[in-house]
Amino acid sequence: MSVLEQRLPAVDTHDDLPLEYAHEDDALRIFGFWVFLVTDMLLFSCVFATYVILYRHTNMGPTPTQLFDVRGFTAETLILLTSSFTSGIGTYEMRRGHRGALIGWLMVTWILGACFIGLEVSEFVADVASGATMSRSAFLSAFFTLVGMHGCHVSFGLLWMLCLMIQLGVKGITHVTARKVFIVGLYWHFLDVVWVFIFTVVYLIGELS
Amino acid sequence: MSEMGLRRLRRLGVLAAVPLLCTGCGERYFILNPAGPVANVEKNLIVLTFVLTGIVVIPVIALMAFIVTRYRDKPGNTAPYEPEWSESKTLEIIWWGIPILIIAILGTFTVRDTFRLVRPPVASGPPMTIQVTSLDWKWLFQYPGQNIATVNYVRIPAGRPVEFVLTSHAPMNSFWVPQLGGQEYTMPGMAMRLWLQADRPGTYFGSGANFTGRGFAHMRFNVIAMPSADFDRWTQQVKRTAPPLTTAGYKALEQQSVVGQLQYSSFPKGLFEQTIRTDGGMYMKQKMETATD
Amino acid sequence: MPASVTNFATHFFVTGEPMIYGADVAIVLVSLAILFVLTYFKKWKWLWKEWLTTVDHKKIGIMYLIAALLMMFRGGVDALLMRTQLMLPNGRFLQAQHYNEIFTTHGTLMILFMAMPFIFAMFNIVVPLQIGARDVAFPYLNAISFWLFFVAAMLLNLSFVIGGSPDAGWVSYPPLADLPFDRGPGENFYLLSLQITGIGSMATGLNFFVTIMRMRAPGMTLMRMPLFCWAVLSASVLIIVAFPALTAALALLLIDRVAGAHFFTMLAGGNPMMYVNLFWVWGHPEVYIVVLPAFGVFSEVVATFAKKRVFGYASMVASMMVITVISYLVWLHHFFTMGAGPGVNSFFALASMIIAIPTGVKVFNWLMTLFRGRIRLTPPLLWTLGFVPNFAIGGATGVMLAVAPADYQYHNSYFLIAHFHQVLIGGTVYGMIAGMYYWWPKVFGFLLGERLARHAFWWFNIGFYVCFLPQYFLGYMGMTRRIYTYPPGMGWTTWNFISTLGAYMMGIGFILIAANIVQSALHGVRDTTGDPWDGRTLEWSLPSPAPHYNFARIPTVHSRDAWWEMKEARRRGEPVQESTEPLRPIHMPKSSGRPFILSVLFFVFGFGMTFNWYVMAIIGLLGVGICLVLRSFEFDTDFYIPVHEIEETEAAYGRS
Repeated sequence: MSVLEQRLPAVDTHDDLPLEYAHEDDALRIFGFWVFLVTDMLLFSCVFATYVILYRHTNMGPTPTQLFDVRGFTAETLILLTSSFTSGIGTYEMRRGHRGALIGWLMVTWILGACFIGLEVSEFVADVASGATMSRSAFLSAFFTLVGMHGCHVSFGLLWMLCLMIQLGVKGITHVTARKVFIVGLYWHFLDVVWVFIFTVVYLIGELS
Repeated sequence: MSEMGLRRLRRLGVLAAVPLLCTGCGERYFILNPAGPVANVEKNLIVLTFVLTGIVVIPVIALMAFIVTRYRDKPGNTAPYEPEWSESKTLEIIWWGIPILIIAILGTFTVRDTFRLVRPPVASGPPMTIQVTSLDWKWLFQYPGQNIATVNYVRIPAGRPVEFVLTSHAPMNSFWVPQLGGQEYTMPGMAMRLWLQADRPGTYFGSGANFTGRGFAHMRFNVIAMPSADFDRWTQQVKRTAPPLTTAGYKALEQQSVVGQLQYSSFPKGLFEQTIRTDGGMYMKQKMETATD
Repeated sequence: MPASVTNFATHFFVTGEPMIYGADVAIVLVSLAILFVLTYFKKWKWLWKEWLTTVDHKKIGIMYLIAALLMMFRGGVDALLMRTQLMLPNGRFLQAQHYNEIFTTHGTLMILFMAMPFIFAMFNIVVPLQIGARDVAFPYLNAISFWLFFVAAMLLNLSFVIGGSPDAGWVSYPPLADLPFDRGPGENFYLLSLQITGIGSMATGLNFFVTIMRMRAPGMTLMRMPLFCWAVLSASVLIIVAFPALTAALALLLIDRVAGAHFFTMLAGGNPMMYVNLFWVWGHPEVYIVVLPAFGVFSEVVATFAKKRVFGYASMVASMMVITVISYLVWLHHFFTMGAGPGVNSFFALASMIIAIPTGVKVFNWLMTLFRGRIRLTPPLLWTLGFVPNFAIGGATGVMLAVAPADYQYHNSYFLIAHFHQVLIGGTVYGMIAGMYYWWPKVFGFLLGERLARHAFWWFNIGFYVCFLPQYFLGYMGMTRRIYTYPPGMGWTTWNFISTLGAYMMGIGFILIAANIVQSALHGVRDTTGDPWDGRTLEWSLPSPAPHYNFARIPTVHSRDAWWEMKEARRRGEPVQESTEPLRPIHMPKSSGRPFILSVLFFVFGFGMTFNWYVMAIIGLLGVGICLVLRSFEFDTDFYIPVHEIEETEAAYGRS
């Protein structure tokens, strides 16, 4: 709520809209977040472009085929896709006003996200232990940066979700917490889409080439 | 005040035009005094753009001067005042149309010449190749046909197209000899091709055009064009009198330093290609032997 | 002192240059003076409550404006140092290293820490008032944007006395800016300060995009919006789509430098070309980001001072949109000479030429706005008229540069230097100064004196031509940019000498602008009407300076030039419906100190990264994280202004 409310007299709330859109100010923030996602998408595009330029530049070091572990990245993919689905169920429960179910599904999403990060970190640790470090070749620099950037995004999402679960526990489902849950959901789905691209561009093409 | 200001502006315009008119053809204005076909193509384009853009620039400035004097808000000004007049299809079509036309003309010539310059200029003799490497902070020229090398100066036969193949084994620079033609970057791991030709013997100023650090200002070199026979005599002389460029000598050249003019009677075979390979050339799609345009 | 401490200190503090020691002394003295004044006049609380914690767009605008002028001074001093060095051949005033640092910081400061805050000052001061809003969409984020910019500017300026300045040019191309060619912390200062201010800029772009799309007063359709707001909208779109590329380029180069990666290195498979592409994917839209708002200012100024509707509104909007789209497709013209092949070069050459068409159309439309008007030659219009020949010439030389084969001759020469100074100074700086003079009474409540303003304009304007026209000739003579010295006998001496004189004239112009501000602050004419220029848009319907809630009642808009139409209706004696509505409590965001603290923590992070002091960097980053979490748990973020308080404020302004 803020400055905006006063400029549209008598329509402070829209009863026919979902809770997160009911207040003009919350709708504004959701719109703003969409714009943020555009910038983040472009940021990822630039790093993707760099990766595509550099992924053959292996400097006599490990190639994508040698580096990637099919079972590892397949598991990561399945886990993250599932977490996107559970986060969607969470939003559905929020719309129905079920606080307990919402927190529960967020918890499931959180655990899946944490598993994903755990797998990714163990993959990175194994790579580094085998001598495939960032400074080994341009390909590895690009690989660690692109996948690591996505991993940082996911970790940030986990921190965010944790804050939200506490807030939901204390405040319940209000138009503010509803908006926050909706936005973190958007963020989570966005990261899922990015991962689909990483899966295709990095892992699949890497395995095939 | 405004009349005074406009007078000042007009005086300024005249002042600006004088040097171009008087000294524009002076020898020091390298770009306007081409000494070869490549630079000539570029100069003609420059003159064309000058004329075409003038069609817009001069009327704009004149129109502004007229409007500001005519429509000043002062008592007794009888010029028409139409505060609501804000649309005119005809006028809009004119000034969307004229620039489009100008750009269309200019664009045609630009595309034609862009494609033209990647081919060797009209040959009055067989082309020759010189391999150029920019180092910190010096220029190394290798003559694969003659198997000699020079530093910070280069001699070419006049009247023959010269294919300069450019690379860098240091931060990227740009190879520029304004009287012979425009520049091209020297980049690590890439072999870039630049066609140049001098129509007449002479000494032409060249310099690095892209900043490379502390010694950058000193990366100047002369291109000396000479009659074919003289050029052959000179290569023979270098072969006889100069020391060879050894691998150790090249290592020394790689170090950051500013040096004078040097010449070598030979150079390690494949040095140029090897440099490009290790600096990233091995990842390029093109074969090393063929430079890109 | 133990040897290790001495060793550390001599590397940490920049030593060996009398000018640096002078700067050290000046910085210490100025800091002490500021501390003394704040303490003596008991202003600490005032500073914290009114400025450091404010989320009011008008105050943030003022801070941007002051910062921009300070940075213009700093960048201007750099320019004068360079011109002094180049005045005569074989100059001994500066060493190569020092000269390199100066042109690098000059470019970086002028683009990112002068032009950007200057346009953001105008965004903040004007946009909410023009669209009839009470603040921007996200006031808290707006404060973060400002403070991120501010600490980034401090971080970059610190490099002058601590650690050493960046020295690889404002474009900072690798491999020159990468390991192993550049080891010093200077380059890190560059990367981190740009990264931090870049986050702020991106947030500002987002903020104003949402503000303009969603917060216009009732009745103000997009096609009724003042052209300045259209310009801000276009610039915001460009910021949103272009800045991520800069973020990526800087981040990857930083990873190269601190983590030993190989994105842009010469060896181990790096590809420097990728940086060049990413940088200019941002870099070219960036020049339109800073010039489009100037176009917006000119549109407002010509209409007001010709007392006439702006000519060809639809055409103006269309041309801005065309520029917005095409400016994203021309970046390669910054490196035609990197051998992309004739097909690619032709495409980008044509796109670059085409962008001149809508720009030219705008110039004609401004002239036609003046045509059959009643022209008052006030300082804002003077700067606008100064802009027109500048941009005509600068635009023409831009077309010349867009001709790819001709660019092979112009690239990196003084011709290019003259061209982009002509469009960036002639466009952005003239535009922002015009805007400053135009909206000054709205912001501060007094007018800037006209006499000094005219002197300042003529010194600056004539100085500009004296400084930069010779540089076109130097380009034709083969003089390349970024050389710290040149030999005699090239024929370059005369033109360089004249150019330096022009630079000093511009310096005098700047000093006169500063004097103008000081003099008017002391003796200026107060603006009691709120509408000193007989303006056309909504900001002039408010008292000067505007109350912190801007509009007591949100106006309803029925046409373009909304305020002009309201005045016309009043002149015709028609009833004005707004003032009859009852006042209602106004909902406003609360001030917060967190944006400031968050930005200081970003500074800590940036400083730590610059010197590879990772403990410090991690502390900074953790602090940032804690600030974000605290914000997430903050629910009490706004308050209501009661009706009686609004009534009192309005009454104090003499309005009911």
